[in-house]
Amino acid sequence: MAAAPQDKSRKPRKPTESMDRDELLAAYTTMLLIRRFEEKAGQLYGMGLIAGFCHLYIGQEAVVVGMQHAIDTGDEVITSYRDHGHMLAAGMDPKGVMAELTGRSGGYSKGKGGSMHMFSKEKGFFGGHGIVGAQVSLGTGLGFSNWYRENDRVSLTYFGEGASNQGQVYESFNLANLMKLPVVFIIENNRYAMGTSVERASASRDLSLNGVPWGMPSFSVDGMDVQAVKAAGEEAVAHCRSGKGPFLLEMKTYRYRGHSMSDPAKYRTREEVQKMRAEHDSLDSAKARLLELGLDEAGLKKIDDGLKAQVQEAADFAQASPEPEPGELYTDVLVGG
Amino acid sequence: MVDILMPALSPTMTEGKLAKWLKRPGDEIKSGDVIAEIETDKATMEVEAVDEGTMHEILVEEGTEGVPVNTIIARMGGDEVAAPKPEVKAEAPAAAAPAKPEAPATPAPAADPAYGETKPTTVREALREAMSLEMRADKDVFLMGEEVAQYQGAYKISQGMLDEFGPRRVIDTPITEHGFTGMAVGAAMNGLKPIVEFMTFNFAMQAIDQIINSAAKTLYMSGGQMGAQIVFRGPNGAAARVGAQHSQCYASWYAHCPGLKVVAPWSAADAKGLLRAAIRDPNPVIFLENEILYGHSSECPVSDDFILPIGKAKVEREGSDVTIIAFSIMVDLALKAAEALAEQGISAEVINLRTIRPLDIDTIVESVKKTSRVVSVEEGWPFAGIGSEIIATVVEHCFDWLDAPPVRVAGVDVPMPYAANLEKLALPQPGWVVDAVKKLF
Repeated sequence: MAAAPQDKSRKPRKPTESMDRDELLAAYTTMLLIRRFEEKAGQLYGMGLIAGFCHLYIGQEAVVVGMQHAIDTGDEVITSYRDHGHMLAAGMDPKGVMAELTGRSGGYSKGKGGSMHMFSKEKGFFGGHGIVGAQVSLGTGLGFSNWYRENDRVSLTYFGEGASNQGQVYESFNLANLMKLPVVFIIENNRYAMGTSVERASASRDLSLNGVPWGMPSFSVDGMDVQAVKAAGEEAVAHCRSGKGPFLLEMKTYRYRGHSMSDPAKYRTREEVQKMRAEHDSLDSAKARLLELGLDEAGLKKIDDGLKAQVQEAADFAQASPEPEPGELYTDVLVGG
Repeated sequence: MVDILMPALSPTMTEGKLAKWLKRPGDEIKSGDVIAEIETDKATMEVEAVDEGTMHEILVEEGTEGVPVNTIIARMGGDEVAAPKPEVKAEAPAAAAPAKPEAPATPAPAADPAYGETKPTTVREALREAMSLEMRADKDVFLMGEEVAQYQGAYKISQGMLDEFGPRRVIDTPITEHGFTGMAVGAAMNGLKPIVEFMTFNFAMQAIDQIINSAAKTLYMSGGQMGAQIVFRGPNGAAARVGAQHSQCYASWYAHCPGLKVVAPWSAADAKGLLRAAIRDPNPVIFLENEILYGHSSECPVSDDFILPIGKAKVEREGSDVTIIAFSIMVDLALKAAEALAEQGISAEVINLRTIRPLDIDTIVESVKKTSRVVSVEEGWPFAGIGSEIIATVVEHCFDWLDAPPVRVAGVDVPMPYAANLEKLALPQPGWVVDAVKKLF
């Protein structure tokens, strides 16, 4: 089997060509919704309204939004526990997501899942999984179900660069390539697996090549540029849809906040974070492009104000929604009791 | 003259069919020549000569079924250079295996007239029939696992199914339990109904995270939105002489976890009726089979409508003095013990649990209220075992009816030894049950 680290027949479009002005504006709006939502979630956590583990997506918004623009309705998405952005990008209601974070009955899992465990079959979102790497095999199974049904749907399976050291990731790569399953594997390389930098955890220096032994084509992508993400994503998705098997995308990205709310983030310098924010922020670059394309500051400000109001409404709902009834403790263990 | 013995060709083989002789009296035999074909319950195997010489006499004609291991099947005229003695080994590793201890005939399950016409069926055939019936009825049901397709099943359970259902529905996987289990659970979350065959449940430990954390918990974590209709099946417990890593009962491991159902069939009817129910159940079901039982034959309903309810135990033998509760191959043991006890004037009722979780408390309690004594029997380890659960249940529900403290019979609390004598000492014997019962009087 010839190793095919890069699919020579496929080349992403130029990032700026992947979205027109309207689409970029829509993507920018979703990215900003995620940012504002996560800022609010952080705030509610500080107030004790959200508890347990809470992993914020701030900094990585371009990855999930760009990929969502590359797929169609009916395609599936699955990810790990850093999942709020994925749900909002998939079109899930911020109120239901926020109410799940506060553990209320109005949440997507009736308050029984929490930050890491939400699902929406309707929106094609399959969770929300708390065991590092487990979602990679599950996502391969989503691809399997499309292969089995012979439809042309594709599953997007996200995981971090930390998860990419798990054995089952490579078991899944092997299965997906062996069976030619339509799965786009997406490594969100935000450089730190909790406190361990990728250099300290992975002997592989180029994660996009991690599928090479199985002949999996891949791109390494600037995950801070939503248009670049879409450009790469649409090629990967087209590859899968055409029946050629899985595709690997390494998204080079960065999280601005700690691994979870309880992470003091002593393993990196403030300067490093500041530099990323100042020079590579996905919202800043998308905004600059929108201004070039003729939008004005006032219009964008108005969008931001609208999103802040929407997020506040979600936060209000998440506090007003009642806790689940005590009887809910015993439901949903088994179908039919 | 050198004797050629019927070889043991698998860990659990006690007899086999002499399918074909490839050498006839007078033929020259060289070391490595295939001299015969023997059918075990799993496969047809070629037997190679180890020694050289001339075939002298065939003692067991081809086509003979049920030839016990170590029977002299032929004699060979030895060369002077032939191995000094004693027996010619067909397959070196297992030829010297001692014959199985005289097994009294397998006890038959209690008749169940409710399900109509029956016919003798092996557990193996019953499992295959259950899967095939369900796969014919529902195109979302498929089978995946190691060697299930082209090899026709490591234990021949899925024999012929690839031909009938094709490679999209009977799927060979690489040896990658963690990966393919997760993949199957993901497929189930998206609405398919996988049957995952583990070559044995020992290997499912590689995948237990996906079974517990993904399959069993997702329904709850999603507030009822998304579960997994999936069956995990394969042989569980001790086979024979395969050592510690391949001889373990997982009943209490899985029964511990909410979100799973755990089923353990004994007879062919159990196997067919319960596997069909497991495949149709909208929840993840752990289906614990037993390798030694695969070849056991018992009366099984022939009707295509035959299905058994999960969560319902069966009284295999009625009695009035003591209740013996067992599952899987231990039902054999319990029935043998009951027979021995009957000779001593003790009337034992034997309950075949069939399902371990949800436990059929009603049947247990009803029986114990009648007999006032209870003994649990399992092959697994005693600590936090199924017996512990049964006895706690009995004490909670009918303490006042008990005339004696409940007793557990279980496998010895050690990893399974390889040596034949030690292995026998580690696994419950009918005598253990008899002794346990007699202590209650």
